[in-house]
Amino acid sequence: MKIDLKQIWRRLVMHLDGPLLILGTILISVNLVALYSASNQSTDKIIAQLTNMSVAVTVMWVAANISPQRMMLFAPPLYLLGFILLIGVAVAGDVVNGARRWLHIGVTRIQPSEIMKIAMPMMLAWYFDRREASLKIKDFLIATIIMLLPVALILKQPDLGTAILVGAASFYILFLAGLSWYVVLGLVLAGVSGIYFVTHWDLCIQLFHDYQCRRVATMIDPMADPLGDGYHTIQGTIAIGSGGIFGKGWLAGTQTHLDFIPERTTDFIFAVFAEEFGLVGNCLLLILYLAIIGRGLYISARAANLFGRLLAGSIALSFFTYAFVNMGMVSGILPVVGVPLPMVSYGGTALVTLSLGFGILMSIHSHRKMLQS
Amino acid sequence: MNRPAVLKDRAGERNRFQLRLLVAVVVVLVAFGGLVARFVWLQILQHEHYQTLAESNRISILPVPPTRGLIFDRNGVVLANNYSAYTLEITPSKVSNLDETIDGLSTLVEITPKDRKRFNKLKDENKHFASLPIKVRLTDEEVAKFAANRWRFPGVEINARLFRQYPQGEVGSHFLGYIGRINTQDLERIKARDEERDYKGTDHIGKAGVEQSYERELHGVTGYAEVETDASNRAVRTLRTKAPVAGNNLVLSVDIELQKVAEKAFGSRRGALVAIEPETGGVLALVSQPGYDPNLFVDGIDPQSWKELNESPDRPLNNRALQGTYPPGSTFKPFMALAALEYNKRTPHQAFFDPGFFVLGTHRFRDDKAGGHGYVDLYRSIVVSCDTYYYMLANDLGIDNIAQFMKQFSFGQKTGIDIEGEKTGVLPSREWKAKRFKKREQQKWLLGDTVSVSIGQGYNNYTPMQLAQATAILANNGVTFKPHIVRFVENSVSQQKVAVEPKPMATIPLKRANLDVVKRALAGVNTDGTGATVFRGAPYIAAGKTGTAQVFNLKGAKYIASATKEHLRDHAWYMVFAPLDKPKIALVVLVENGGFGAQAAAPIARQVLDYYLAGKKSTEPAAEAAVESD
Repeated sequence: MKIDLKQIWRRLVMHLDGPLLILGTILISVNLVALYSASNQSTDKIIAQLTNMSVAVTVMWVAANISPQRMMLFAPPLYLLGFILLIGVAVAGDVVNGARRWLHIGVTRIQPSEIMKIAMPMMLAWYFDRREASLKIKDFLIATIIMLLPVALILKQPDLGTAILVGAASFYILFLAGLSWYVVLGLVLAGVSGIYFVTHWDLCIQLFHDYQCRRVATMIDPMADPLGDGYHTIQGTIAIGSGGIFGKGWLAGTQTHLDFIPERTTDFIFAVFAEEFGLVGNCLLLILYLAIIGRGLYISARAANLFGRLLAGSIALSFFTYAFVNMGMVSGILPVVGVPLPMVSYGGTALVTLSLGFGILMSIHSHRKMLQS
Repeated sequence: MNRPAVLKDRAGERNRFQLRLLVAVVVVLVAFGGLVARFVWLQILQHEHYQTLAESNRISILPVPPTRGLIFDRNGVVLANNYSAYTLEITPSKVSNLDETIDGLSTLVEITPKDRKRFNKLKDENKHFASLPIKVRLTDEEVAKFAANRWRFPGVEINARLFRQYPQGEVGSHFLGYIGRINTQDLERIKARDEERDYKGTDHIGKAGVEQSYERELHGVTGYAEVETDASNRAVRTLRTKAPVAGNNLVLSVDIELQKVAEKAFGSRRGALVAIEPETGGVLALVSQPGYDPNLFVDGIDPQSWKELNESPDRPLNNRALQGTYPPGSTFKPFMALAALEYNKRTPHQAFFDPGFFVLGTHRFRDDKAGGHGYVDLYRSIVVSCDTYYYMLANDLGIDNIAQFMKQFSFGQKTGIDIEGEKTGVLPSREWKAKRFKKREQQKWLLGDTVSVSIGQGYNNYTPMQLAQATAILANNGVTFKPHIVRFVENSVSQQKVAVEPKPMATIPLKRANLDVVKRALAGVNTDGTGATVFRGAPYIAAGKTGTAQVFNLKGAKYIASATKEHLRDHAWYMVFAPLDKPKIALVVLVENGGFGAQAAAPIARQVLDYYLAGKKSTEPAAEAAVESD
C-alpha cells in the first residue's frame, strides 16, 4: 500500500491556522534573537528554550485538534481540579521566596495558578454558553463568584502578577458576555480609585503585602528604593532610553552586557530588546502583538457558538494583558508585578500556557464550519 | 448539540457582541498608544539623558552597610562593640591558583594553618565571587608590606572593615550569642522576610542569643552611594550618597558583674542559673555552664575549635537555661502547697502522720527519710521537704487541678523570653499523656502518675528558665511579667530609649494569706530546714527551696552518690527569692548531676545573693556544703 504523504500532511495541518502560525513563528524568532543576546550568547539557554518550544508546539497542535464541543466537556472538571490544587497550595504548598505558589504532586511540583489561566476562561465561557437562552443578572453574579474564589487564593499566595492575568481573563469573558455598561463604568471608576488607594502607602499596607505596596510606591519614585525594587525600573528605563530610535544593535547593548539589567532573560527581556533595537524595534514588536490580538478577535467574531466567541475573545485579550503589563512595567509606567513578555521571555511554563491559548484559538476557528453545518 | 430553540434575535445578539469587541479593540489601541508615547518619551525626547547615564559613566549603585548597634549591660558596661581593622581579602573567582597565592602572601604576612583552614571553610560556604578574609587584624607593618607588593597579587585586597568584638569573652555567651557570616540558610530567611535590600553589603548576621533575636534592631538601614565606575569597574567619582542609619543599641537588664559572680560560683560544674528581677521581669543573670567564647565565631570559626565545641560531651553550645529540661524535684512542692491552699484541699494547720512511706494499691512510695517525719503540717512539709505529705495531697488535688494551676506559673509553657530556641518542657496532664503514648493502655492517666508528679518527679520536665519564672511570679504575688533580657532599645539617631516589656502581662488571682503561708515556709527552709546550713548568718531573709531530681530510677535501691556513675547522678536544684518582704531577685540554680540540691546548688545561690544584696564579692567557686538530705 502506498503511503500518501500528502494526505498525512493535510491531516496534520488541517486544524492549524496560517496567520497565527506565521505570527507566532516570528515572535518565537524574536525570542531566540533577544535571548541569545540577553544570556550573553549562551547556547545552553537557546537549546533549553528550543526544547520548551517543541513542547509548546505539541501542546498547541493537540489543542487545535480538540473540537470546542469536547473542550466544553473538559471545562468544569478542569476548573474544579485547578481550584482544588489551589486550595492544596494554600494548605500545603512550598514557600519559595516568601510566596506559597508551588505544590508537590508525587514526582514533580506544579504551579496550579498557571492552570487557572486557561481553566478559568473556559469555565466561564462554558457557563455562559449553557445559560445563553435565559441570561439574567443572577448569572453574572454566579460567574463573579466562580471568578473571585480562585483569584483570591492566588492573591493570597501572594502572586499579584498571575492574579491580574487570571482576573483579567475572567473579566473579558464577563464583558463580552454582555456585562451591563453601568457595571463596566463602575469597575473603571473603582479601578481609578484603586490606583489612588495603592499609591497611598498607609492605606495600602492594611490590605496588601508590604512588598506589593512598595512596588507601587517605587513605580512613582524609583529613586526612593534604588537598591531594591527601584533598581529594576531605573536600569530598565536607562536601557530603553539609551536605545534611541534605531537601537545599539544586536549584541551591542551596554546595559545588558555589563550586567545592569536584572532578570534580563525573563521578565525584563524587553529592556534588552528595546536597548538593542530601539524605537523602531519596539514599534514592530507592538505591531506584531496587535496582529496576533487582531487575529484572535477576528476568530472570536467568526466563532460558531457563544462558548467559542467568549473563549477566543478572552484569550486574545489576555495576550494583550501580558504584553501591555510587561512592557508597561519594564518601561516604568506600571508597577513591577512579575508578568512575562508573551512568547519572548525565557521559560517554559508561560510559553506552554500561551501556546495552549493559540491552539484553542485555532481549534475554535477550524471547527467553526462543522459546528454550523 | 441540541438545545431548546434560541428565541432571541441571533443577528442582534451578534451585533451586540461585535460592538463589545470593537470597544475592546479601542482599549487595546489606546493602551498600545500609551506605550508608544512612553517609548517616544524615553527613546527620543529623553534619549540623550539616558544615553549619558548608560554610556559615559556606567553608574553603579553601591550599598553602604550600617554600623551594627552596641550592646550594654544594665550599668552601661559594653558587652558587644565594633572596632575597625584592616583585613587581607581574596576574591577566589579572580585568582587562578589559590594555594600559590596564599603561599606567596604568607611570605609577607603571617598566615597560620588555622587561618588557611578557616579560609577554606569560608570558601566552601560562600559564593565564588565574594571577597573573603584570609587574615584579619593586620598590623601597620603588614599593611605596608603588602601594599608594596600588591601588583603581584591580583584578586587580593586590603579592606578596612568593622569587626564585632565581645570584650567579656565567655561571660554571658549564652544570652549574648554571636554574629557570624551569612550562610545560605540565613539568606533564605532574609529573603522570606523580604529584607534583601538591607543586607546588600552586609556580611554578618546574628546567629544566637540577643544578637540573633534582636537582629532587626541591631542591623540598621543600609545606605547607598551612586558612583561612576571606569572600565575595570573601579569607582572613580561618587555622584550622590544616602548615608546608612546605624543599628539601635541594646541595654540589657543583665548585671554583668552579677553574671560573672554566678558563672564563677559554678566552677567547673555543668548547669544553669537564671536570676530575674521580680518587679520588672528583667533577667539579671542567665548562666549556662560551660560557655564558649563568642569571639571565635565572628570571622568564621576554624574547623578545629568548632569540632571541640560541637563534640564536647559537656555540650558548651547548648543553652541549658532555655533548652535543658529536667524534673524539678522538691522545688515543685511550694507550688503544690499553694495549689492545695487555693483549691481549699488543705488548711495551713492540718497535720498528717508520715510513717516514711505511702501505699497506693500494691505500690509503696517511699519518703526520703527512713521512718518518716512524724506529724507534718503544710509549713513543715516544705521546711523538711516531706514527700509523704505530697503523696497524700496528690489524690485530693487531682491531676487536672495541678495542671491548670501550674500552667499559670509557666510550667511546661514557653516563657516568651526574648531569645530564640526556648524548649516547652512537659506539664503532665491527661491530655498530654493521651497524646504522648500510642498504645491505648499507656494513654490512660493513673493515680500513681499523679503521686509522682506531686513531688516534682514522674513526667514533670521543665527548663530552669520556667522554674525561675515561676519563682519570680511567686515572689511577685502572682503578678506576671514576660521575662526579658533586653531592657531598652536605644535609638541610634534620637538616643531615645524604648522599654521592651514595661507592663505585666497577667496577674494570677491568689489569696494573700495563702501566699504568706508558703513564703514563710520557704523562709523557714533557710532558717530551720534543708537550706539552714548554707544560709547561716545571711544578712537578709531568703525564701528558698532545695530540690533533687532523679535522673535514674533505682527501682527501690538506696541511692549512694559515690557508687553511681557521674552522668546518672541526681540533678541538684535550688530556687530562692530575697529579701522575703520585698523581693529584689528571684533565682534558680541547677547543677547537672550535682547530687543533693542543698549541697550543690544552694551554695551557688548564696554567693549570688550575697553579691547582689550585700555587695560581697566572691573569690572561690562555691564550696559544696555538707548536708544530709534534701
